[in-house]
Amino acid sequence: MTFVQLCFYLFAAILVFAAGMVVTIRNPVKSALFLVLAFFSAACIWITLEAEFLAIVLVLVYVGAVMVLFLFVIMMLDIDLAVLRSGFARYLPVGSVIALLLILEIALVMVSGFGAEDYAAPAAHPADYSNSKELGRLLYTQYVYPFEIAAIILLVAIVAAIALTMRKRPESKYINPTQQIRVRREDRLRIVRMKSAPRQETPAGGPAAGGEE
Amino acid sequence: MIPLSHYLVLGAILFGISVVGIFLNRKNVVILLMSIELLLLAVNMNFVAFSHYLGDTAGQVFVFFILTVAAAEAAIGLAILIVLFRSRHTINVEELDSLKG
Amino acid sequence: MKSVYLAIPLVCLLAAVIAGLAGRRIGRAGAHSVTIGAVAIAFVLSLVVYLDVRAGNLFNGAVYDWAVSGGVKMQIGFLIDELSATMMVVVTFISLMVHIYTIGYMHDDPGYQRFFSYISLFTFAMLMLVMSNNFLQLFFGWEAVGLVSYLLIGFWFERDTAIFANMKAFLVNRVGDFGFLLGLAAVLYLFNSLDYATVFAAAEGASDRTLTGPFGEWKWITVICLLLFLGAMGKSAQVPLHVWLPDSMEGPTPISALIHAATMVTAGIFLVARMSPLFELSETALSVVIIIGATTAIFMALIGLVQNDIKRVVAYSTLSQLGYMTVALGASAYEVAIFHLGTHAFFKALLFLAAGSVIIAMHHEQDMRRMGGLRAIMPVTYITCAIGSLALAGIPPFAGFFSKDAIIEAAHHSHIFGAGYAHMAVLLGVFVTAFYSFRLLFMTFHGNSRADEHVRNHLAESPRVVTWPLIALAVFSVITGFLFFGPVLDGSHFGDSIFVLPEHDTVGALHDAYSVSGVNPAIASILHGVAVWPFWLAVAGIVSAWYCYCRNTALPGRIASALAPVTRILENKYGFDTLYQRLFADTCVAFGRFLYRRADAGLIDGIIVNGSARTVRLFSGMMRESQTGKTFHYAFAMIIGLFFLVTFFVWAR
Repeated sequence: MTFVQLCFYLFAAILVFAAGMVVTIRNPVKSALFLVLAFFSAACIWITLEAEFLAIVLVLVYVGAVMVLFLFVIMMLDIDLAVLRSGFARYLPVGSVIALLLILEIALVMVSGFGAEDYAAPAAHPADYSNSKELGRLLYTQYVYPFEIAAIILLVAIVAAIALTMRKRPESKYINPTQQIRVRREDRLRIVRMKSAPRQETPAGGPAAGGEE
Repeated sequence: MIPLSHYLVLGAILFGISVVGIFLNRKNVVILLMSIELLLLAVNMNFVAFSHYLGDTAGQVFVFFILTVAAAEAAIGLAILIVLFRSRHTINVEELDSLKG
Repeated sequence: MKSVYLAIPLVCLLAAVIAGLAGRRIGRAGAHSVTIGAVAIAFVLSLVVYLDVRAGNLFNGAVYDWAVSGGVKMQIGFLIDELSATMMVVVTFISLMVHIYTIGYMHDDPGYQRFFSYISLFTFAMLMLVMSNNFLQLFFGWEAVGLVSYLLIGFWFERDTAIFANMKAFLVNRVGDFGFLLGLAAVLYLFNSLDYATVFAAAEGASDRTLTGPFGEWKWITVICLLLFLGAMGKSAQVPLHVWLPDSMEGPTPISALIHAATMVTAGIFLVARMSPLFELSETALSVVIIIGATTAIFMALIGLVQNDIKRVVAYSTLSQLGYMTVALGASAYEVAIFHLGTHAFFKALLFLAAGSVIIAMHHEQDMRRMGGLRAIMPVTYITCAIGSLALAGIPPFAGFFSKDAIIEAAHHSHIFGAGYAHMAVLLGVFVTAFYSFRLLFMTFHGNSRADEHVRNHLAESPRVVTWPLIALAVFSVITGFLFFGPVLDGSHFGDSIFVLPEHDTVGALHDAYSVSGVNPAIASILHGVAVWPFWLAVAGIVSAWYCYCRNTALPGRIASALAPVTRILENKYGFDTLYQRLFADTCVAFGRFLYRRADAGLIDGIIVNGSARTVRLFSGMMRESQTGKTFHYAFAMIIGLFFLVTFFVWAR
């Protein structure tokens, strides 16, 4: 058993175990943490498949971002676990049967002349081969339009997530940029031309006259 | 040297586990979402394995896109979850049956 | 002249539109001035056209191509010859008289403007009918006069009887029009044209073509003629399609005069006369025509004996006289038929308007048993009505004598099957006609008044707008026969507009019979007439009427009770109405009710409409149960579906 094989079986075992824990454990926080473990093991397995870039992305994006988001949400929400767990095993038999049947069918496909054995291990890449470079080349040439679409999907997801969750808080003071931009000078400042009052001629018996005296 | 079928069986087992997960955690939306992530991981596993054995990087490009969409889906799903919790004070799917015919 | 031809009907249409649409704005005086003006113009122009035609200027041409379909041109065109010019003058003159008369008759009716609009529209439609040079335009006019007739019978639409009567008129006419339309289709099929000239030119050549029908081989021409005559029977109220005409008396009296006596009902007569080149080729059709006409002439006259409603007496008289015209047609004496049409138009319009005048005076009382003694109070009406009755009875030298005598002689001279029966029928009819028309005169104007106190105190002669048309019509009722008898008989009046085969030339035979050298044929006819049966029958009729209704007024009642079964048959009008009501109306209603209950409410509503709704509801109820609204159920469904999909891919490959 080579080192690679050892790694594969080890991480495969961890992956299956972690996945099982994700779906069965009571506490959602722990569930999320096991999911992190599952993703991590999967990333390791991918490295044995020479998909280094994707393995790193999986760790960065999933473990680093998505799973944190999950944890964040789980902790933010005040979830009554008892209710959510009630009747936990009710659908277990039918679910297991279906899952087993699916797995069996997939296995059956592979046993009955799928020809997976015909795929010999590919030749090792040269030492200066870079998986990231290769993937990048494909993404920016052949798959550039799907790549752009993926970018737009992400943007939409961001906008949607913000739009869904943002609340107007009545106590906070917003400024309305539309009105702010639309403002004109006339709305703010009015120059009024006023008639200058004619100089008051001091009456004869006035105080000024009196002063002269 | 690990044969291709091992990877595929691993993917199938992952897939089966996540299906069981959907059945088990039918009330808890958070874990449902996690099961879906696992489901996608199973698929990705197959993609990567085939990509490696066929020597075709296009499979990895697909995984890339799947990751993108999965991330978007998770973000929006969680956002919906939060809005749902805000308005109903629960994430119990059993109680969300306004669509009942 | 083309613009003159065009102007004659269009000016009437214009007036009808103005009076109909702007009636409220232009008021009563405006409505009658505009329509009377229009009809007066039409009359004057018709006279001009008539004189022009007498001078030999015939016209046959299209003014507008309406549609071209499969090589068949559908045109609006005019055929101006002696026949149509005569009809135009008669129609516009009677219409003018009736328009003027209406001012008096309808003066306190709220539908005044509407009425004037209708009668102008009628004039337009009738002119289009008679001036047409093709079958399609003829049909247009035919239907349009039918429509106006429908509108006018139901003019007082708040009366149930009027609504019933106009419905009846419309339905019975539909039967005839159905035949007429089939006839048009047959013409189009056989000749591939709807133009008179083309069809008539080709008729002789097509006379041998036959078709195999349910009763053996038929000549195409016979089929066409019978179908067209079915239309004529409907419009001209011949037995057995006569039932609508008596009921049409529900309409205002001017209408009874104009449409249901003088002009529209003669459209059928005009049609057959116009189609003379076709009818001449079919002896079968002529026999049918003469038998139907003779039956109508005598049996409808008999019903007239027992009617008490003044308008209904005149209506049955109209039916009978239409029968006379039809007899003339069947005897190939088309000119004589049109001649009688013209004279009848004058004296029958006169009688109706006189009856209307009496009705005005009696405050819309129409029962003759409540009249009597009006002679002294309404001298003008009395004298004109007497002239009309004399003309109707056929006393020389009034117009009716010449035309009716000519018809009787024509029936005598004809050799086709049924002519003998027709001759007997029209001879008997003379007596009956004289009897009922003078019964009317005596019951209304002679004897003691039987009206109640209130009415008797208000009796007065009608205003001048009523009496003047009476006088004008009376003058024509006297002179037309004398003036036109000769020209009609020697063929100079109608010229080539009527086609008669030599072996059917009854008019020629008449002409020979009356042409005493150097004597005006009219005078010869009078001399001849005094010597033969019809005149003395008419006199006998008048004398018996005088005896029964002036001298021995108890006699009619005794005769009636002595002949109770006959009286009952006559009062029931031979049971036609009952028969039709039972056979057609009730059957239709029953069938309709069956369809409504079973087919509509049961099948369509019950099974198709509500049934489909119920089915949808049943299934949707099932589907609804599956829609729990719980998200995870949908998720499960997806997963199970995925399982089946995978299974499909695994096993089905």
